[in-house]
Amino acid sequence: MTSHSVFERILDPSGRADPYPLFGELRHTPVARQEDGTYVVSTYREIVALLHDPRVSSDRRNLRSAAEAPDLTLSFIGLDPPEHDRLRRLTMRHFGPPHSPGMVDGLRPAMVSLTTALIDGIAGKRRADVVDEVAYPLPVAVICRLLGVPVEDEPRFHAWADQIIETLGPGEEDRAERERERQAVAHELKSYLAGLAEDRRRQPGEDLLSGFVTYRGPEGGMTPQEVVATAVLLLIAGHETTINLIANGMLTLLRHPDQLERLRAEPGLIVPAVEELLRYEPPVQLVSSRVALDDITIDGTTIPAGSPIVLALAAGSRDPAHTADPDRFDLCRARNEHLGFGGGVHYCFGAPLARLETQIVLAELVRRLRNPRLAADPPPYRPSPVLRGPRHLLIDYDGVEPA
Amino acid sequence: MKVVVDLTRCQGYGQCAFLAPDVFTMREEALLYDLDPGDERREHVLRAAAACPVQAIHLDWAATRHAAEQAGPPAPGKSDGRIVIVGASLAGARAAGVLRREGFAGSLTVIGDEPDQPYDRPPLSKQVLTGQVPPDHTMLPRLREVEAEWLWGTPATGLDVAGKRVRLADGREIGFDRVLLATGTRARSWPNEAEAALEGVHTLRTVADAARLRQALAAGPRRVLILGAGFTGSEIASVCRELDLPVTVVERGPAPLVGALGGVLGDVAAQLHREHGVDLRCHTTVTALEGDADGRLRGARLSDGSTVEADVAVVALGSIRNVEWLRDSGLAAGVWGVACDAGCRAVDSNGLVTDDVFVAGDIARFPHPLYQYQFMTLEHWGNAVAQAEIAAHNMISDQAHRWPHLSVPVFWSSQFGVNIKSVGVPTFADEVVITQGSVAERRFVAVYGYQGRVTAAVTFDQGLWLEFYQRLIEQAAPFPPRFRHVDQREAAEPVPARVPERLVATAGATVVVTGHDPAERRASLVQAPQS
Ligand SMILES: Cc1cc2nc3c(=O)[nH]c(=O)nc-3n(C[C@H](O)[C@H](O)[C@H](O)COP(=O)(O)OP(=O)(O)OC[C@H]3O[C@@H](n4cnc5c(N)ncnc54)[C@H](O)[C@@H]3O)c2cc1C
Repeated sequence: MTSHSVFERILDPSGRADPYPLFGELRHTPVARQEDGTYVVSTYREIVALLHDPRVSSDRRNLRSAAEAPDLTLSFIGLDPPEHDRLRRLTMRHFGPPHSPGMVDGLRPAMVSLTTALIDGIAGKRRADVVDEVAYPLPVAVICRLLGVPVEDEPRFHAWADQIIETLGPGEEDRAERERERQAVAHELKSYLAGLAEDRRRQPGEDLLSGFVTYRGPEGGMTPQEVVATAVLLLIAGHETTINLIANGMLTLLRHPDQLERLRAEPGLIVPAVEELLRYEPPVQLVSSRVALDDITIDGTTIPAGSPIVLALAAGSRDPAHTADPDRFDLCRARNEHLGFGGGVHYCFGAPLARLETQIVLAELVRRLRNPRLAADPPPYRPSPVLRGPRHLLIDYDGVEPA
Repeated sequence: MKVVVDLTRCQGYGQCAFLAPDVFTMREEALLYDLDPGDERREHVLRAAAACPVQAIHLDWAATRHAAEQAGPPAPGKSDGRIVIVGASLAGARAAGVLRREGFAGSLTVIGDEPDQPYDRPPLSKQVLTGQVPPDHTMLPRLREVEAEWLWGTPATGLDVAGKRVRLADGREIGFDRVLLATGTRARSWPNEAEAALEGVHTLRTVADAARLRQALAAGPRRVLILGAGFTGSEIASVCRELDLPVTVVERGPAPLVGALGGVLGDVAAQLHREHGVDLRCHTTVTALEGDADGRLRGARLSDGSTVEADVAVVALGSIRNVEWLRDSGLAAGVWGVACDAGCRAVDSNGLVTDDVFVAGDIARFPHPLYQYQFMTLEHWGNAVAQAEIAAHNMISDQAHRWPHLSVPVFWSSQFGVNIKSVGVPTFADEVVITQGSVAERRFVAVYGYQGRVTAAVTFDQGLWLEFYQRLIEQAAPFPPRFRHVDQREAAEPVPARVPERLVATAGATVVVTGHDPAERRASLVQAPQS
């Protein structure tokens, strides 16, 4: 056996079911240099500092060894201000306040009826897969509706999105190779979305794509390439994370039957419960795309300019120096400040949507499932260490309450 | 239900505006909200509070950040006895809450001259004037768990330090073991009393002032005249433009906000005013307010010989510290405030630190180690809160467990749709440099330096980066900061900060020293004439 670093062990899919002891070990070295020159940061304070540090770039083209083929149509997640800010503002204008304040909340009735239908769909059975039958279809349907993607095209996304996610990873080793694979898949998705955008340009509707293609303001609008890049980002980020949040959430609740009972008795607790899930079992475990633009000294270690930085959000949210009793799942944790959605200018764009979807689905599952229990614990996991979640989550139950 | 957002913490993530859009609204980074939303909004507000990434939304005013960070057994000290707090607003009320939270079990009396329970002032010049929030919606969240005797509408008239008593206007005397002075400031009114009494002439400090001014603005005056372009004057001008009212701002200095931010950002502020249609007159003063036969304001004469016709005028010429009641107390209290040490203990006129008299908020004048121990008064919300917490803690802790008030000053203002935020002391500077963003777009970070180190940073709609600059200030990092970072656009060369002289040489002495040997040397205050 070669001695693998803690971080390498975290990346190893065999440990995916419970990475938290390893994250604990990782925190012993808040800023840990890896053999490939990556710096992994794992303590809350240091992560927050770097999330707000203008010397940290999200644009991989700033890597010392910028081996990646430059993707000229980057989405705002991979850009720095001012381009990031401009694109994100142009996107936000159609998604939330101040220009579209009611957008997300307006989706609530649709989310509720979709959820009802999905849970009705498992009512005749005694066993279901929470991932395939609930956690996956809802966010996909919601993001499709939001963007203006026809629902019948949805299965094609499943494949595309999955393939793209599988190529995301923090290591530098085979990054170029993975990047090539990803570009190939992304290409198909992009041509599809470009076609849709073209339709909307001719015949705009109420959806985001229509907003993207039609809006022109003082700072201009989005170029056709930007429209596609943004749509790809929202489509993928907009559901892959939520699936995991819902599945991790149900899994965690089923592992804590007392808390589940409490939630059943006090449905309003779903709000703090989702925040606690974001802290305790976050869908985004690592942010693996950052680059030091300059030498950055933090916690006594200097990260040289041009080095890749990985922020271990999942480790930070369970840092005992920040949160008391961090390994306890506590539905009612007060003043829960977590890194579940990151922080700084790249704070998760879709957070309001993810919160609402997860609150609605988990509340309904808890309310309607009679005596739910895990059929297998731990469940099988998807391989990605970045977006971590069960591939399937089989549960048994005695029945389903009427809606 | 009562809500208050710690806007010094708010970073503009906007999650609350998504989750409770009828309570919280954001323009760029500027958050405005209703402090007293109806109970039917409760669920939405709870959702918003839970989702705030920096947990800046408080429904329970006594629960503060400090507590979470300082968890542990209560500090050894004096948890009984009698404590009196004079001044029942932001600092006073917060201190009361912290005292109880930290385990003070003795008797607690809070004395305030205002008729009602504590309210929040920053919204008065913002969402209250626009009409977005009614004036009576700015009450701070109820201090339900703060068990104290609250004496509303009861001005204190004197402090007997030796006899340990506070004298009240109604003749009563309240004894104490320890006392906290938190009487804040009041608006400086127009010096000519007859002119100040004209109908249509306003100042803005209290909720009653705000209600009157709101009414006057809502009535659709032909023109509003604002005297002074500090933060309050600028915010009121911004509201007027939002209400589509013609407004003239008269400012003695070269530009708005120069006193707080220096001339470089002052010029940006001047552009902001003008872009939004404010008739801004700098290097100009009002020489007289003029009324009609019915005693109503008609206009004003200016130092450049011109006149302005206006039926509403707002005097926004700064504030006066409420220290007159301390005149015979022997404390170092004067127009500059009440001097105290970094632990909020009041200093007497000999410069000796007292043991049981504490000061917090807008009246406190304290030495800040980061700024060469210079004494400063900060009239900011965040300072009042932080200082109240330190003072309350120290009041019930013994010497070994007291905390210094070392927090880096933070404040915010929102005007003309821009959120202005500041850390450090921008006037403690000789140079300033734009590090991030673009002045032309009104989104940037300005960093201030004094003799080669970073002393402050101000952002226009770029608040997310402030945390980084705050650390530079705390570490006394070299100025100008020279590193590669994102959004580096302007030629990053420092320019003179053009801040006003900090130490204004005054003609009149403040103390005289008498006596020869150490046992008899004494300083006594020279009372400044009342202004
Ligand atoms: C219109 C306005 C807008 C503002 N906006 C901002 C902003 O955007 N950002 C920011 O950081 N800060 C802002 N501030 C400043 C902030 O509100 C103050 O820093 C804060 O209120 C100070 O709190 P304090 O408790 O020290 O003093 P105060 O709030 O002034 O309270 C002192 C209290 O003591 C009472 N009192 C006075 N004398 C006596 C006596 N003899 N006996 C009994 N009671 C007495 C007073 O009536 C008052 O109730 C604003 C202030 C105003 C007026």
